[in-house]
Amino acid sequence: MANNQAKKGIVIDYDSIANQESFKSLVRRKNSFLWSMTAIFLSAYMLLPILTSYTTILHQKAFGEITWVWIYAAGLFIMTWGLCHLYVAKANSFDREAKAIIAEYENGGGRR
Amino acid sequence: MSNGMSLTAIFFFVAIVGLTLVITWWASKRTSSASDFYTAGGGLTGWQNGLAIAGDYLSAASFLGIAGAVALFGFDGFFFSIGYLVAYLVVLYIVAEPLRNLGKFTLADMITARFDNAKVRGTAALSTITIVLFYMIAQLVGAGALIQLLLGIDYWIAVLIVGFMMTTYVLFGGMTATSWVQIIKACLLMLGTVIISFLVLKEFGFSISTMFKEMTTVTDSGAAYLNPGLKYTNGLDTISMLIALVLGTAGLPHILMRFFTVKDAKTARSSVIWATWIVGIFYVLTIFLGFGAAAFVGKEDIIAANAAGNMAAPLLAEALGGDILFSFVCAVAFATILAVVAGLVLSGASALSHDIYGQIIKKGKITEKEQVLAARIGSITIAVISILLALGAQTLNVAFLVSLAFCIAGSANLPVIIYTIYWKRFNTAGAVTAMLTGLISALVLVAMSPNVWNPVEGKAIFVGDPLIMLTNPALISVPLGFLGGFIGTLLSKETDDAKYREVDVKANTGISVQDVSH
Repeated sequence: MANNQAKKGIVIDYDSIANQESFKSLVRRKNSFLWSMTAIFLSAYMLLPILTSYTTILHQKAFGEITWVWIYAAGLFIMTWGLCHLYVAKANSFDREAKAIIAEYENGGGRR
Repeated sequence: MSNGMSLTAIFFFVAIVGLTLVITWWASKRTSSASDFYTAGGGLTGWQNGLAIAGDYLSAASFLGIAGAVALFGFDGFFFSIGYLVAYLVVLYIVAEPLRNLGKFTLADMITARFDNAKVRGTAALSTITIVLFYMIAQLVGAGALIQLLLGIDYWIAVLIVGFMMTTYVLFGGMTATSWVQIIKACLLMLGTVIISFLVLKEFGFSISTMFKEMTTVTDSGAAYLNPGLKYTNGLDTISMLIALVLGTAGLPHILMRFFTVKDAKTARSSVIWATWIVGIFYVLTIFLGFGAAAFVGKEDIIAANAAGNMAAPLLAEALGGDILFSFVCAVAFATILAVVAGLVLSGASALSHDIYGQIIKKGKITEKEQVLAARIGSITIAVISILLALGAQTLNVAFLVSLAFCIAGSANLPVIIYTIYWKRFNTAGAVTAMLTGLISALVLVAMSPNVWNPVEGKAIFVGDPLIMLTNPALISVPLGFLGGFIGTLLSKETDDAKYREVDVKANTGISVQDVSH
């Protein structure tokens, strides 16, 4: 990449992009989405061994002989697939914003 | 089983060897540059890479190990399936896209995109090579023992066969061959698992509730079989192990490397979706494999074949599908091992040849031709070292090396990845201390653990009392890795605000020269 840049004589002014309000807002919202979801799924996941090791509430029968621990585990699987697709939907909208940010930078005379 | 191979088994094994060699030959014609070798030229599509990730990830430990663990320990065995799957969310939410946007061939590339420093690169390469070697020894020793069991050939011959195959794929076909071997393996593994699961469900009259009901009576554990506690009775130990599973995946070099084989972050994203669905369905099916083995093979026969339970799935296949299914599942296990070790060789070689030789020793002044040659020499080096170690480790109980690899990955690699992308104040000193603290604390803590020390002869490597009671010390070593990076950063005055802004822009927009040059 560095070589291509030198050859074409194009330098991206990262500071200029980093200082765009649109960029700052994107990073803020993106990080708060990513980290709050991460906190949620990691908590849901870590709660399982805590509950199974220190309580017996998941040892009780839920449906027939199926105990709640299997239901909880199934919940974690569904959560994983669900959050995967939520991520893609979110990331696609972040992509559109990122494109707009690059366009804003190009139109704003960011090129040297 | 030990009375030699059946014709069916020979057919399946030869078919897999033949097919993968044809792929390697085809791939070798497409492997001329360093980028071809390490990343298949970045040309894989989302579904291809997704299947390859699944093929790279679902090791023999997943297929044979979890099936055996569920068969012997019920729900406690299923903890692995849950941990390995939820780990994908960490990969997707925190690591995949910034990694793709910043890196080139290796984890070190991504970290040095921010800190262009030989010490940082060297430490990252060291951590990668350590993880690769541990993981590989575990795979090769397991493969040797398994093939010995399946085909009745000597351990050392089995290890050499696997070693020869993995080296051939990587040496001639690089990432293209490795990826396609992984893709085919993922398809075969899913096919085999679906067939066995179907047969198991059929035995239970296609009723999940009947299956659970039966499982309360068929084992000697009674109803307790369906609840946690058969194997893991120490709460902190269980929690610690689950931390290693969920955080380690996002730091495993051979998984991270797969994100460089696609053209952009969007494709990286779609490949994780594919992988999560495939891997998730597979892990659901481990319930049927485990329950089926417990019900139709029985605990005694499983343990008689292999004390760790690794033969549960093949024996179940034999019980329900006869010789043909047994042979097929054994061949699938063989393909599984080959695909995983090939990926490991490649990621080890990238750290050795690209990071240490190309970037540190030659300071990046290296021609394309030299890079490819170095990559090939590096692959042979990594392969030979791990084969020798595996030959020497035959009698050791090495199953814990996989969880050690996860522990190092979570403790040494994940903190530095997160800090590099998300922490502005982070600096060179912090990057080195984060990786070293995580690596050393994981190694030292495991060396004091029950995996290495056991008062009963033959249960662990040394005879004696362990110093800590955690079999997997991630509960301590992962926070230490983060803390090491934090303290190291604050002790150094160095800051890199301008560079961080660049990394932040690149990671979040994926901007490159192409975007602004049109």
